[in-house]
Formats: sequence, C-alpha cells, structure tokens
Amino acid sequence: MVRRVVITGLGVVAPGGVGVKEYWELLTAGRTATRTISFYDASPFRSRVAAECDFDPAAAGLSPQETRRLDRAAQFAVVSTREALADSGLDTSALDPSRIGTSLGSAVGCTTSLEREYVVVSDGGRKWNVDHEYAVPELYRHFVPSSMAAEVGQEAGAEGPAAVVSTGCTSGLDSLGHAVELIREGTCDVMIAGATEAPISPITSACFDAIHATTPRNDTPESACRPFDRTRSGLVLGEGAAILVLEELESARRRGAHIYAEIAGFAARCNAYHMTGLKPDGREMAEAIDAALDEARLNPTAIDYINAHGSGTKMNDRHETGAFKRSLGDHAYATPVSSIKSMIGHSLGAIGSLEIAACALAMEHGVLPPTANLHEPDPELDLDYIPLTARERKTDTVLSVGSGFGGFQSAMLLARPERSAR
Amino acid sequence: MTATATATPTAPAVRPAPATAPAVRTTAVVTGLGIAAPNGLGTEDYWRATLAGESGLGRVTRFDPSQYPSTIGGEVPGYVAEEHIPSRLMPQTDHMTRLALTAADWAVADAGIAPGDLPEYGMGVVTAASGGAVEFGQRELQNLWSQGKQYVSAYQSFAWFYAVNTGQISIRHKMRGPSGVLLTEQAGGVDSIGHARRHVRKGVPMVVSGGVDAALCPWGWVPQIASGLMSTVSDPSRAYLPFSAEASGYVPGEGGAILIVEDAESARERGAEHVYGAVAGYAATLDPAPGSGRPSALRRAAENALADAGVRPEDVDVVFADAAGTPELDRAEAKVLEEIFGARGVPVTAPKSMTGRLLAGGAALDAATALLALRDGVIPPTAGVAEADPGHRIDLVTGAREADLRTALVLARGHGGFNAALVLRRAH
Repeated sequence: MVRRVVITGLGVVAPGGVGVKEYWELLTAGRTATRTISFYDASPFRSRVAAECDFDPAAAGLSPQETRRLDRAAQFAVVSTREALADSGLDTSALDPSRIGTSLGSAVGCTTSLEREYVVVSDGGRKWNVDHEYAVPELYRHFVPSSMAAEVGQEAGAEGPAAVVSTGCTSGLDSLGHAVELIREGTCDVMIAGATEAPISPITSACFDAIHATTPRNDTPESACRPFDRTRSGLVLGEGAAILVLEELESARRRGAHIYAEIAGFAARCNAYHMTGLKPDGREMAEAIDAALDEARLNPTAIDYINAHGSGTKMNDRHETGAFKRSLGDHAYATPVSSIKSMIGHSLGAIGSLEIAACALAMEHGVLPPTANLHEPDPELDLDYIPLTARERKTDTVLSVGSGFGGFQSAMLLARPERSAR
Repeated sequence: MTATATATPTAPAVRPAPATAPAVRTTAVVTGLGIAAPNGLGTEDYWRATLAGESGLGRVTRFDPSQYPSTIGGEVPGYVAEEHIPSRLMPQTDHMTRLALTAADWAVADAGIAPGDLPEYGMGVVTAASGGAVEFGQRELQNLWSQGKQYVSAYQSFAWFYAVNTGQISIRHKMRGPSGVLLTEQAGGVDSIGHARRHVRKGVPMVVSGGVDAALCPWGWVPQIASGLMSTVSDPSRAYLPFSAEASGYVPGEGGAILIVEDAESARERGAEHVYGAVAGYAATLDPAPGSGRPSALRRAAENALADAGVRPEDVDVVFADAAGTPELDRAEAKVLEEIFGARGVPVTAPKSMTGRLLAGGAALDAATALLALRDGVIPPTAGVAEADPGHRIDLVTGAREADLRTALVLARGHGGFNAALVLRRAH
C-alpha cells in the first residue's frame, strides 16, 4: 500500500504581508511587492530593487529572546510554522513526536546575520583575523543554518528526522520533496516542511550584481520583475517563508483534516552543465517533469496550471518554455502558466515552497495568480502566461518547477487526492 | 519516458497502475571511497596513519591563530590543488570544494566507474554541508566591505554556498540524477549516506555521497569559538581527548570522505571491483527543545538504525562514536551506549581524535573508516586517550585492536539537536 502525502496546513511570510490571507490577496490582485531596497543604502549597486517583507517580529508573535536569538530567516520560519500548525488543526502534542519530521529549505541560510556580525568582528572589513571578542553568542547558530531546522522542529514538537535542504534556488521544492519521501517510506506520519530565506543584504546584492543576474530597472521598482516580457532584464531579489504541514493521507482523512492537495509527484535532476548557466532546450527540467509525472502516474494532459520558475531572465524564460513543450507536447499550448516572482520577487531557497503554497491556494480557490508586469510578450515565447490579471479556473492538477544555481532542476505535482490513481 | 508522445487530446489524464509490482527493496552497498583527512591524503595513507594512531592535529598554519583562545586544528597535509583541479576551476572554487572534487574523483576511480558505465540520469550526488565555503566567503566579504562591490568575485554567487560541492561534482562527472544537499552540522555525513540509500532504493543505480568540509580561516574559527565547545588546550596531543577525564572540548579539522553508494545488483552487473560493505541501517532524530524536560533522542536514532538493519545490539561489533569531546556531551553519549549495549558491552572508538571534528566531513569520514575496519578486521584507536574516564562505562579502544568485524554502528550528532546513526555491514 503506497502511502500518500497531502497538504493540510499553510503558513506564509511574504513580501506584501504576513500570513496566508494577505499573501493570497496580493497574488490574486496582481499587485507587486517589489520596491527600492530600504534595508540598507543600495545606491552603490547596479540593482537597487527587492521585494522586502514588512515584518515586525513582535507583532508576528516572537518574544524578545526569540528575536535576538534568531536570524531573520529563522524568524520567518518560526512564525510560518505557528500559522501552518494552527491552520492544520493538528495537535502535535497529542502525537508521537518521533513520527513528526522537519525539512526546511534555504539556499543562503542566515546570511543577513552573518554579514552583520562579520562587519563587526572584522572592523568593517579591515581585519582578516576577525576578532572573537566581539562575536555574539548566536554566531555559531548563524554559521550553521541547520540551526533553523532544529528551531522549527522544536517549535513543532517534532523529534523525527530534521534537516535543512540546501540546493540553491530549488531548495524550497526539494525540501518538500524530501518531506514527502519521509512520509511515503514510513519514517514519519507528519512533516513540518517548507523553506525560508532572508537574503536581502549587501553581499547578496554584490554577488548578483557581479553576474548581472538582478535587474537594473531601478526607476520603476514596482514593475521591475517582468518574466516572459520582452523588456525583462533580470531577477528581483525577494525574501519570505512558507511552511506546510504534510500528512499521510489516510490519517489526515481519519482526523477530518482539511486537505488542500496531494503532493502526487516530485523529481529533481541536475543539468551537470554549468553552475549558473542553462541550456535553452530545457532537457533536464523536462526530465524532472517527466519523472514527477511518472511518480504521480499522471499524463501530461492532466496538468491544468503551471507555476513557472519565471525568474525574469531571458535565459530562464527560454529554458523553461522549452522544457514545458518537451514534456507536455501540444498540451503546453493549452496550459496556463504564470510566475508569481513578478509580484514577490525571487526569494532564492524559499520561493519553491512559497510557490507550492500559492498552487495549493489556487486549487483551493479556483483562481490562478497572474504574471504581473507582462505587457509586451516576448515573441519567442508562445505559451499562455496569464498576463496581468488573475484568472478563475478550477484546477485539479498543478505543476510547479524550479531551477537553481548548481544546475538543479526540480518539478512537483499537486493533485486532488480523489483524482490521482496512486 | 514517452510523455511527449502520449500528450494527445484523447489520452486519459490518469494512467493505470503498472502491471508489475514495485521492485523489492534493494541492498545499497559502498563500492568506492575517497578520503582527504588531516592525518592522511588518500584512503591508504589515511588508513595506515589511523591504525598507527598518528594524529594530524597541530597548531593552525593556514592563518595566525595566536590571538585566539583556541589554536589547534587539523589541516590536510600535502594537498596541492593545482595537481588535482583544472586551472579554469581554480578561481571559482574554495579549498573545501577542491578537496571535495578530489575526494570525489578518487571515490569514482576507486569504484571503477568509467564515463558511460552508467546512464547520466542514473547517477546522483548527495553531499552534506555545514557553513559553506567559508574562506571564499570571507575573502569576498572583505573585498566588499574594505574595497567596494566591484571587487567581489563573479563566482561569489555560488562558490561559497552550501550546495557548491554537489553542484561541482555533478558537473565534473556528468551526473544528472536525483541529487541533494543536507545540513545537519556534524551529523550530515551520515544523513547524506542515508539519503543516498533512499535514492538507490527508488531505482537510482549510483549516488555519490558523504561530505568534505574546510573552515580553517578566521571567519570559520570565530563562530566555533563563540559556540563555547572548542578546546582551548594548546598542546595538540592533549587538546581533543574524547571520553577522557581530561576532555576539554573539540578541535576542528578539515577534510572528509566521499562514498559511492550503489545498488548491489547494479554494482554486480557492471562488475564493480570491490564492495566495502552494505548500508544496512539508518535513522535520524531531533532532540526536543532544551528545557522541555524530554530526553535526548540519540538513543532512539541508534535503536532505530539497528532495527532498520534488522540487527540486535549484540550483533554490533564496533561503535564509531560521535565523541564530542566535552564532558557533558561525552557523558550523554556514553550513557546511551551503556543503555543499548550494557556497560562496556561493545568496543567504542573515536578515530576523529586524530583528525579533529570535520563539520560536514566528520561523520562521512567515520563511515568510510568503519568500512575500512570491516574490510581489514581491525578497530582503529582513539588516539591520545590512555583510558576512558571511569565514569563512562564504555570499552574505549585506545590501541588498534584486531577483531572479526561484521557490523559497525556509526553515531553522529549535529549542533542544535541532530542525531544520526548508520549501520554498516561487511561485504561477504
């Protein structure tokens, strides 16, 4: 008997608002949360735009001790965990803690805290031999971002396996894929799974500037991220977290849980090509999509919405459009595709989980979020990218894909549990 | 895969279940090792030194440690990157990634896997990471803050991050299968091997696993000082003495091991030259929150791994301990060993006393060492420790000990509450 995995709880911290409700309102309104960077003086940088969260730790329920101890990314994760658990209605204290696991994605860990503390102990970059006497006690926790998975697991009372999954910008899909595996293989019955990232800091700006990955469209920050548009000019950095409560289907049904969707298929591949480059044919992403369909035992014609990686670079747009055609054939032309990064930016390791949360909400509400800022479609891209306004459409099967530095390509399928053949 | 061909308007959305039953659970075996350790570069150098009790710990030379309370570390000796790494990769790789690429090269060669032997999508890479490529990251942070953003390397975006070793290994060997990166601090090496087995059981013929780490730079040193767990003893032979009455904390080291985990059947079919042993059992747990009053979950990790392997405690011939080196953590581990095996019920060793704790590389090296011990029927010693603190009721191996070894248990703990356990069995 194959154990199946369903989503029963969602928690989100995203640009534009804290909480699932605000997140969904932003996405369905087609509103963007990208703006001029306010966290630091970004004037030296080529790209000065980001999608920042207006996040007040105290208002979000964190104690002063938690706020001091935790990096911003860990704060997002803990707040999202609490919302997701409450949403699921699951009383984890009534469960065997050893059957609850934790899987948290993050590409760059506690980078904001690390850079802040680096500046202190190095005296503004002057010292190679940085000064331990100015090191805060939390520094080691920030140094090893695995600490964030421990924090989330302990918050949830989870004593099963826990890990941070860090595969660059596919971390948020891969962490969910990892969680699904742990439930299917029987190690866990419940997983607290998702991803978090708070990368908006000078070193991140500098490293993306250096490879011209981020957009220089600083004059119109609110429309700076333009996936699939002829005028797109790079990604816009974002931040945030999404935590999902995943459960084994039968036990979720037994307790009468609200089920958003089943995670019916997942696969990850490497392009083994280049640390940052993509080939336009999208072969490895297509391989991941095909393998996820195989696992879900679904034909490509079942897919009725694709949540694209859509990072806002020409290379990506061609790569993934190529991948969709490769895997879906003619059905690709009949399948609406959108990129929510147009609204909430690219939160690196977190975005994959934020996108799966959006897919679950799309299935829940029968509404597909649009691709904002898509006014002038790239003539070389000929799929339906849901420009500008959300679309009402009942969806039963959703594909979400991700692509990341390191060559990682991942694909995940959500389906209604009653439809899937598994 | 025929997805494109079946994507016609008339195709049913849902496919029928396949006629064949799911494959029976396969055995995952280790067929190749690559080791870079402070007391030996390369498997046989390391193994010879380890059996001889030769420590690789010394005063750190990679940077001047004199201003710090801790000065002892384990540096990989005699590694000349240019001899191993193509010149075009040099500017985009940290010392850590170079060591990892080299260990992966050796492991693939040791397994006798030539390009074309296995399908590209049938080879994956799962590595452990802890703090990323710290030295590379420190240099770029310094460039940014002391000189300005135009001095930051174009490679910074990926060269420092946690996924770099997996990404670079996959590119170098054209491995396009399911891959991953797991972070559980020092437990990561065991978790990567357990995860590799998961992929093998799902039908991936071969997965490169393990971990190689290196954070011997000031920006890697200071956070460890802040953890409060590092030894401040300046005599390299006395600084890291796990389970001893003199235990004063740990010493960091660099290096680790890459292990080739393969489906046993597939390894046999391709004519693998040797099989070190089987990955028979694996489990991981998380400790409850400090102050919760609930017990540590280390014991459950060990017991679950034994149950997963289908072995009883009395079947275990040797334990490779986590050996944190602080009195409290040593006591906790010794207590778990006593609870499971009885007082002095099983030989316990900590060869990491000769390498220091290697962050994400440590538990991977322990697993590789356990496989070498199974191969040769000898338990490597815990160097520098004359006898265990009598308060720890464990049979600590302090000199190489010959024994008929069939089953080894590797324990690993990661800062913050991670526990992982691996059961390895000798190949027949």
